Amino acid sequence: MIRFEHVFKRYPGGREALAGVDLAMESGDMAFLTGRSGAGKSTMLKLIGLLERPTRGQVIVGGRNTDGIGRRQIPAFRRQIGMVFQDHKLLHDRTVFDNVALPLVIRGIGRKEIGKRVRAALDQVGLLHTEKVKPMTLSTGEQQRVGIARAVVSKPSLLIADEPTGNLDPDLSLEIMRIFERFHDVGVTVLIASHDLHLIGQLGHRRIELVDGGVSGGSPADG
Amino acid sequence: MAKPMARPRTRRPERPGRPPRPSARPKRERAFRFRWPSLSSGLADHARVLVASLGQLAAQPVSSVMTVAVIGIALALPAGLQLLVSNARILSGHWEGAAELSVYLKEDVSLDAARKLADVLVADPEIAAVRLISADEALAEFREYSGFGAALDVLQDNPLPHVLVLLPAGSEASADTLDRLRRRLAETLPADQVQADTDWVARLQAMLELARRTVLLAGLLLALGVVIIVGNTIRLDIQNRRDEIEVTKLIGATDAFIRRPFLYTGIWYGLMGGLLALALVTVSLVALEDPVRRLAGLYGSAFSLSGPGARGSAIIAGAGMALGWLGSWISATRNMRRIEPGGQQ
Repeated sequence: MIRFEHVFKRYPGGREALAGVDLAMESGDMAFLTGRSGAGKSTMLKLIGLLERPTRGQVIVGGRNTDGIGRRQIPAFRRQIGMVFQDHKLLHDRTVFDNVALPLVIRGIGRKEIGKRVRAALDQVGLLHTEKVKPMTLSTGEQQRVGIARAVVSKPSLLIADEPTGNLDPDLSLEIMRIFERFHDVGVTVLIASHDLHLIGQLGHRRIELVDGGVSGGSPADG
Repeated sequence: MAKPMARPRTRRPERPGRPPRPSARPKRERAFRFRWPSLSSGLADHARVLVASLGQLAAQPVSSVMTVAVIGIALALPAGLQLLVSNARILSGHWEGAAELSVYLKEDVSLDAARKLADVLVADPEIAAVRLISADEALAEFREYSGFGAALDVLQDNPLPHVLVLLPAGSEASADTLDRLRRRLAETLPADQVQADTDWVARLQAMLELARRTVLLAGLLLALGVVIIVGNTIRLDIQNRRDEIEVTKLIGATDAFIRRPFLYTGIWYGLMGGLLALALVTVSLVALEDPVRRLAGLYGSAFSLSGPGARGSAIIAGAGMALGWLGSWISATRNMRRIEPGGQQ
């Protein structure tokens, strides 16, 4: 599903975020991307979502070399990936329902179908009752679950999350991770960047550790 | 459709271990590559955005009204001027028919023969009146007005022919009928030349053409102004909705999808500006109507100003919409590009 082949990423200004990353992730896998702040976790996820382009090397997602995806093809590509962010990136002037519906609206899906699927997604994250409220009125953990509902409402086969529990206390963090596990259980490929080693240890999935811009070993805890 | 995810909650308790994933995998890979957007309800989305963009305008009434007012005035100026010019053309069309024809008879036509010709021509249904200017009269007139008196004394013979000045019948004869009459007379009469005295009409026409071009240029400049006004308004709008654009880009919205509400906003601005321009022009016409009728009455004419009509109105409204669309398209396309979700670290 995801393959990094000797990927380098240097940002303008000279900072080298990735220096020769090799990585392979099978379809249906779940893995945690760990490492200190600035180790390149976010950069790797950005390369997968085409928010950034590698300076050198190849990133292959879903069997497709991202090198060959032009500016105009990016939207269609991104629609196949569910992305979850640390700061949720919700639209605060819209209701929870409208936020979750957004990926379906941009696909031109009909209103009835949208209603059904949005409620299903909200149900999966346990927020069915909040559809009419604005995200601001929810707690951080609930907002993050809205973000997850938005990422999965279009039923992507790949889910990537950048520090989804960064602002949450341990209990809420575990709850969020359990939600990701549920999607993993039904076959979604899940890649989560997190520095919360304690939490990751509790869950026991594959760990990909980034050190100085490269992958160091990794613990194949789960298949 | 192979969707990898159904309702995990309901399915989970039923499964003790892993789902039969190997068989599911190839299907998922295919789905990943070939899942393209459905276009089926594209129209519904346009309708949704059409209404939503109107709501956006209503949400900021003051700035919307100001933008619409500027567009309305910018469109009303060329529209009003154009209307004046076209009215002047209608007037000049009336005058054109009043032009005279001068028939320069051949030199060998005697004064008596010329008089007889004049009598014959008066009977012609296409001719209202005939006036004979004899060669002597013409020479006397020429001597008086040209200032070549001394030079003319040198001439032994009068070089001028007898001239018949004809007034065509029908006060509203067009340039075409006048020309047809001119040609018929040139063929049938013993004349060297038959000339339509339309110089002054031609001069007026030239002036009107100049005015028309000037209005066109002013119109183009003001149209550019409208594009810039709409563009700037849309630019501010995009800045205000930066987060929204960034998020929709992250989710995989196409440029066309993101641009759409801004285009409709621009079209709304243009349409409302066009309607305002139409209202301004109409009010001005009503204000001018009485004085014009009085003036025309003094000249014994029943002329009255004509308004833009259905076609003109449609053109003004349509021009507003087209310019609004253009301004918003340029601005949205330019400013959207700058908002890329990858930008921040």
